[in-house]
Amino acid sequence: MSIDKTSTPPEDNVVENPEAARGSDVAVDPRLLVREQGLAGYVTEFKRKIKAGDLGSMPVVIGLVIIWIIFQSLNSNFLTAGNLSDISVAMVGTGMIAVGIVFVLLLGEIDLSVGSLSGVAGATFAVLNITHGMNEVLAFVLAILTGTVAGAIQGFFFAKIGVPAFAVTLAGLLFWNGFMLKILGDNGTINLNSDGLVAKLTSYYFSDVAAAYGLAVAVTVLYFLSAFFGNKRREAAGVPSKPLSETILRTVLLAVVSFAVAIVFNQYKGLPLAVVIFVGVLVITDFVLRRTAYGRKVFALGGSVEASRRAGINVDMVRISVFAISGTFAALGGLFIASKIASANQGAGGGDLLMNAIAAAVIGGTSLFGGRGRTWNALLGVLVIVSIQYGLALEGIASPVQYMITGGVLLATVVIDAVTRKTQKTAGRA
Amino acid sequence: MNSPGGNTPAHKASAGAPRITQPRKLEAGRRSEHPPKLLHNLPPGQAAKEMVHVSATPVLALRGVSKRFGAVQALTDVELEVHAGEVVALVGDNGAGKSTLVKTIAGVHPIDEGVIEWEGKAVQVNKPHDAQNLGIATVYQDLALCDNIDVVGNLYLGREVRRRGVLDEVEMERRSRELLDQLSIRIPSVRIPIASLSGGQRQTVAIARSMLGEPKLVILDEPTAALGVEQTAQVLDLVERLRERGHAVILISHNMADVKAVADKVAVLRLGRNNGVFEVKSTSQEEIISAITGATDNAVTRRAARTNGEIKK
Repeated sequence: MSIDKTSTPPEDNVVENPEAARGSDVAVDPRLLVREQGLAGYVTEFKRKIKAGDLGSMPVVIGLVIIWIIFQSLNSNFLTAGNLSDISVAMVGTGMIAVGIVFVLLLGEIDLSVGSLSGVAGATFAVLNITHGMNEVLAFVLAILTGTVAGAIQGFFFAKIGVPAFAVTLAGLLFWNGFMLKILGDNGTINLNSDGLVAKLTSYYFSDVAAAYGLAVAVTVLYFLSAFFGNKRREAAGVPSKPLSETILRTVLLAVVSFAVAIVFNQYKGLPLAVVIFVGVLVITDFVLRRTAYGRKVFALGGSVEASRRAGINVDMVRISVFAISGTFAALGGLFIASKIASANQGAGGGDLLMNAIAAAVIGGTSLFGGRGRTWNALLGVLVIVSIQYGLALEGIASPVQYMITGGVLLATVVIDAVTRKTQKTAGRA
Repeated sequence: MNSPGGNTPAHKASAGAPRITQPRKLEAGRRSEHPPKLLHNLPPGQAAKEMVHVSATPVLALRGVSKRFGAVQALTDVELEVHAGEVVALVGDNGAGKSTLVKTIAGVHPIDEGVIEWEGKAVQVNKPHDAQNLGIATVYQDLALCDNIDVVGNLYLGREVRRRGVLDEVEMERRSRELLDQLSIRIPSVRIPIASLSGGQRQTVAIARSMLGEPKLVILDEPTAALGVEQTAQVLDLVERLRERGHAVILISHNMADVKAVADKVAVLRLGRNNGVFEVKSTSQEEIISAITGATDNAVTRRAARTNGEIKK
């Protein structure tokens, strides 16, 4: 954000806050960063940001468009409603895990145990619900809590004992994988009740077309209202606010995207429950990270641990809680993955799941160096990864090539991250 | 000089201060009529008792403070007084005990012996929290700002303003601008990350941040080290504004030009002991430097020893 005067010129406002208005005039430094009014100013600001290497989500969005164009040109079935809808449901499991990874990456740390923990959650639910006949809601909650507790334990070793997070969670990766195999027992695979709660997570669709459109309308209206009244409050307080044109532009963009998605879903089976939950999780986590004191603490720790400590932040508690959050989302993701295959088996949580989750967070634009990123990055990143998987599967290309391509995309992302950091340093915004 | 109207509501309290042996002269104008060149320059432990011209109860007074780390006696019987609206420069060579002294005041290292008086009353400062509660704000040399967070976020880090449980960004931004305006701090925007600011701007943000709790005493640990000419001037301006607002300021500095520019008094530490407190206006740079380096056998100290000795008898 930069200094600008409110573009909407409400005369009464100026009369109400003469001092405040004058104050903002005085605060404008002749050097740089003074934004012009209106849409033109927005464009100038945007160009300046690009030059300064403040790319945000742009590389990944462009990359996603390129990937979709390539796969569509290879196979015209790629951009069909059915395929896109399947991609959206398939990505939720990995995406949930990636949300937890974003939290850990914001601290500048890493959690390698999330893959194993997701397997543990699926196995815990299956054993409690199917083998022991426990109420499925209770079993669901306990499975999630397993992840929370496991994450908190790892966080304890990291924060209080001072073991590097890499080592603690590497131990966790082995331990929890063994734990999962142990509780699954000899038979190895437990099939889930196909009408049960967990199975419904990925198999339920709101088939009424009103559901998807209604959600799109609700999201757009809520966004506009919160942005509009947020700006009104800023104007009233005499601090710089965004021009109305920018709010409208953003709202229109959001409306286009959400209605396009709604149309795609409605052409197939309707609005998937999994996607609703995922978007809900993203909205809530984004809110927590950017609008609450807790989120501010997480970012502060990613910026400077010493500064955080001196500001009176309980560093250990924030660290433990972040690992607990990571474990919780790993468990939640594990249940979505179990739901997709309708069973808990010995292979759960293994393979490329861990790497895909971390890659999703990083590809989406979360910095590996801590302090920069948003949970929405997880959505963009996982969309790229799952799009590649589905696109190659449509072409009948085997998984070795998938791994190589995903690896290439990850490398490209990290290169972009490193290069933009350099540009940002020279532009003084690292 | 010290503003006579410096808000020290504790005037009356001074009489009850236990270790003050001499009744204080309370008239504010007195000091400016007879500006004492040398307040005290004495063997440690006696200096405070010999002080003659004091207008009001100091915000902070250290009486015979000692601190030991294992075999090292870091501070021995150190005396220090700071009044509201007064800038006291704390100078001394490396290892003289400046940082240790500041840390005892800030509550990082509890003192072993001696008394810390706050507005005339003896207080215990054992934790940083104690110091903060009293109204002591410390700006350390490494500024303790988060590079990735914007100016507003850094100013309010750890004391965020909330509205219905949610960060009230609007209110924080409004108050930040107000504060920065009051202190005449110029930065390009309050919504850019700290990483985008120059060294001097960061220093001013760090100092502004310490002002948020409305402290009575601000301790600045080498605020101008590693700053350029222009930026140093900005920070010194800011220090003067703190004084105008009635804050007591302790300024640690190696730079004599800075000390001469903004400080009212200079307290010299040498080898963990007091080595004189000087009025800046009437003391030459050479005299301060000789006190720092230990070349104490000069006219000033001889005179001080003589006059002090007379008072004692």
